[in-house]
Amino acid sequence: MQLLDPMVIRKDFPILSTMVNNHPLVYLDNAATTQKPQVVLDALIDYYTHYNANVHRGVHNLSQQATIAFEDVREKIRQFINARYSHEIIYTRGTTESINLVASTWGRKNIQAGDEILISEIEHHSNIVPWQMLCEEKQAHLKVIPIHENGTLNIEAFYQMLNSKVKLLAITHVSNTLGTITPLKELIEAAHANNTVVLVDGAQALSHIKVDVQDLDCDFYAFSAHKVYGPMGIGGLYGKEKILEAMPPYQGGGEMIQSVSFEKTTYNELPFKFEAGTPNAGGAIGFGAALDYVKKLGIENIAAYEHQLCTYATERLMENSNIRIVGTAPDKASVISFLIDRIHPFDAGTILDQMGIAVRTGNHCTQPLMEKYGVPGTIRASLAFYNTEAEIDALINGIAKVEQLFL
Amino acid sequence: MKIQDASNSIINEFDNFEDWMDKYNYLIELGKSLPMIEEKYKVESNLIPGCQSRVWLHADFNGELIHFTADSDAVITKGIANLLIRVYSDHTPQEILDASTEFIKEIGLTEHLSPTRSNGLMSMIKQIKMYALAYKTKLAIDK
Repeated sequence: MQLLDPMVIRKDFPILSTMVNNHPLVYLDNAATTQKPQVVLDALIDYYTHYNANVHRGVHNLSQQATIAFEDVREKIRQFINARYSHEIIYTRGTTESINLVASTWGRKNIQAGDEILISEIEHHSNIVPWQMLCEEKQAHLKVIPIHENGTLNIEAFYQMLNSKVKLLAITHVSNTLGTITPLKELIEAAHANNTVVLVDGAQALSHIKVDVQDLDCDFYAFSAHKVYGPMGIGGLYGKEKILEAMPPYQGGGEMIQSVSFEKTTYNELPFKFEAGTPNAGGAIGFGAALDYVKKLGIENIAAYEHQLCTYATERLMENSNIRIVGTAPDKASVISFLIDRIHPFDAGTILDQMGIAVRTGNHCTQPLMEKYGVPGTIRASLAFYNTEAEIDALINGIAKVEQLFL
Repeated sequence: MKIQDASNSIINEFDNFEDWMDKYNYLIELGKSLPMIEEKYKVESNLIPGCQSRVWLHADFNGELIHFTADSDAVITKGIANLLIRVYSDHTPQEILDASTEFIKEIGLTEHLSPTRSNGLMSMIKQIKMYALAYKTKLAIDK
């Protein structure tokens, strides 16, 4: 274990020295998207400057260079999440598309009328709506695992809900709103014993904790590059080879075919079967640089630093008796949702922004969860390894200003 | 007061502010002093879509002028609603439809408020104009 020095790390992120509204930027909205280190920006510029070409299509030199780099990243992703084979990694636009891919292909093929799909109360809309659409189409039922007041899953309820009709468990690894880390291994083991397939929404997990899909034994794992210091518009879906093989293709187009005639088309092998059209090759190459960067820092070191910073932030916030933290699971990533008594989150966010402090306010794409807590939304500070205690202090001072203005 | 005069007087008020704190302090004051909408009008159908906070806008038409009342669960939003009511309330549908929305830019609200908030502001203006159009059409039909 090695102690990270955020002051050194910050120099790798040009955007962190930006001024916002005449204040140094305090970026605490990392659950929405993370900032990009210089190595990622360099990789993008290098790709578009020196070897931009369509991948898998040309015999010419540039196309081959681009294809090699694009496929190298697939292998980097495989290593990063410890998948068995690199063809188990499908490039997508991100977590949302990955989940929709599974709903449209595996779901349409395997979900029948009367079947049940289990999700939980802390899911992001991306892991609710695709299943609702599927259930509507198939006359299947969406069931929701409740949570306890502190934001942890109600495991007893989960066991009670697990019956022979449950064909799929679609669950987040880390809650984007509360930071709760779900006890995936236990859930997956129980689900598999019940012949239930498991999809994990890993959007918030990859940047914070070690992910090992073989150890978890999940069937699908969805993720986005931009939440792990990579570019937007690229991400992936891990799926077990056997399941992916049996799935029908997603979108039709170039690359995903083996041969096309007007009578019949045969489909390409994994992973290309699911990658119709020209992919975001530049984005993938940027993603590769981001994963190298995270690997260099070490995910365990990142987790340790973020845990320490999150504890500091929680303690500082709790010094103020007007503040209520929503979601206090013992096992959580560096996400803190909170409310200031008698002040609308939106009012608070607007004033904090005037002081250069970027937090998210609103329902965080988890409306059902906000309803459960009976709040219109929260203020969310989500931390990354480049955040500092000084920035937490700036947030605390900002909140004091907000209270001074509104109370 | 004419719509243009009301807009100008708001622009003048905002010109006096030296920094953002003064401006927001004023918006917050306006928010706290907004005459409340009658409770019976705080219904789903009066909610304006596109705002992060909840905003209710109610219109009363006496056959000549439209009277607006509003409320929000966020104070800054209420302050903005108050400004809009000062400009647009108690005018004829035609006057409201003809009125420019330039004063929003002039007082620096679009530049200082986040896009989601600006959209909420734009949604409020859109809704005010929609009411004006609806009552103008109603008048034409009644004639």
